[in-house]
Amino acid sequence: MRTKLVFVALLAFMVSPALSFGAGTVSGKITYTGTPAKQKPIDMSKEPSCAKQHTTPVTTETVVTGANNTLANVVVYISAGAPDESSAPAQAVTFTQKGCQYIPHVLAMRTGQELKVVNADQTSHNIHPLAKVNREWNKSQPPGTPPLSEKFDKEEFVPVKCNVHPWMHGYFAVLKTSHYAISSDNGTFSLPKLPPGKYTITAWQEDYGTQTQDVTISGSETKNVDFTFKAKPY
Amino acid sequence: MKSASKRLAANCALMLAMAVSCLAQEAHVGNLTGHATEGKKHYRRYCIGCHGPLGDGNGENAQWIDPKPRDFTAATFKCRSTPTGTLPTDQDLYNSVGRGFTNSNMPHWDALTDQNRIDLVAFIKTFSPRWQAEKAGDPIKVPAEPPVTMESITHGAELFQKMECWKCHGQQGRGDGPSAATLTDSKDNPIRPYNFAAGGDDSRFKCGVTNQDVYRIFMTGLDGTPMPSFADVIQPNDAWDLVHFLRTLQTNRHSRENEVLKAAGGKIPTKAPDANPPAQPENKGSGSGN
Repeated sequence: MRTKLVFVALLAFMVSPALSFGAGTVSGKITYTGTPAKQKPIDMSKEPSCAKQHTTPVTTETVVTGANNTLANVVVYISAGAPDESSAPAQAVTFTQKGCQYIPHVLAMRTGQELKVVNADQTSHNIHPLAKVNREWNKSQPPGTPPLSEKFDKEEFVPVKCNVHPWMHGYFAVLKTSHYAISSDNGTFSLPKLPPGKYTITAWQEDYGTQTQDVTISGSETKNVDFTFKAKPY
Repeated sequence: MKSASKRLAANCALMLAMAVSCLAQEAHVGNLTGHATEGKKHYRRYCIGCHGPLGDGNGENAQWIDPKPRDFTAATFKCRSTPTGTLPTDQDLYNSVGRGFTNSNMPHWDALTDQNRIDLVAFIKTFSPRWQAEKAGDPIKVPAEPPVTMESITHGAELFQKMECWKCHGQQGRGDGPSAATLTDSKDNPIRPYNFAAGGDDSRFKCGVTNQDVYRIFMTGLDGTPMPSFADVIQPNDAWDLVHFLRTLQTNRHSRENEVLKAAGGKIPTKAPDANPPAQPENKGSGSGN
């Protein structure tokens, strides 16, 4: 029984890289209809070391739009049909606190992948992921301290905040797949290296929720999948 | 097909095992063993009004209470000996039931017997599956306390600045720092930072009265609240200096720290403010100070 399990695991391990690097691609664009809520200005005057880093007004980033009704910061990923992946990528993802903002505002990562949190500011931040499925933790990171290293074991969209600077909000998108992308400033995304198969593609926007579409990839084709979210006016 | 049905059977066996172990949940402190089945009886009598039948903190009294009763289904606890993000030990929960929570509606349940309390701990652990899937964290080690000296208090005061404790707690520790008014707990309820200066000899911290308790509070953080863990950024000796300084913020409480401070003239010497506090990459931040 045990040896059989090990054998199956080994087989899966050997096969999965071949499976997960196919030649198909799903790409597309994220747009919205309606009028998104106006982003609120952020007043950093209580934290001069951050305020002086910004030459232009800073606003919230709940909804980030581009030209022609496009949406940035949308997480697009394969929620069903992707081959199981044996282990998380060895390379860490980095979340930087700079100018009392999170860079990037939405950070996607694999379950089990190392997350590095960097404080590039001259002020203390506390990193407080309000996880519900994963463990909630809360750590202080004064200026000049080395990056924190963490990981999340379960799939979840985790809101992150800094209690010291209440305007700082961000998201960790912890996914079971490494087939994910975050829409660019002009709303585009691309999920390459897909083997032939039937997939469910999910798009997640922090304020507008999720949408899914099914797509079938055969061979080395590129399929276009666009998502349109209905904007919340407030 | 065969492997699928086998997996299903394995899953069912696991769920059954979990359900059984859930009913048979135990808690251990010293030579006491708590049983969830017993704890349930006490819970329904003493705790249900606030914490609710589902343990989610939505009992019928909850709407009148601030801060809100603990939601046991989240298994997130303020007072722990264990690192942030980990489950508390049975001892931690047992201590909390006996101690109560200052500045809240949670009384100290010293009317209950030790056995009642450990039974309650066992029952509280049935509200979240985390207790089946995870072990309690390894308690943070608290080294022996060094003597209270003016040097220690002074260095603690410097740390209070450097770690920016004052951003929430205020320069005098009165809970009135610049970020204080904006704080919310993990359920978005407003929450106040601890006011060290309130009260006299009855001035108590939320998670205990000893200096060891104070040490633990900022090293573990109070999970579910804005208070973070400083375990990664404060060295053990520095932590004791901070404890000694924090005690002097309890201005009306008799303490060794306040005696030492009084004998030294009642004033903590302040260094000239740093002209340009530089970032110290990769340097753990312990280069300055003493």
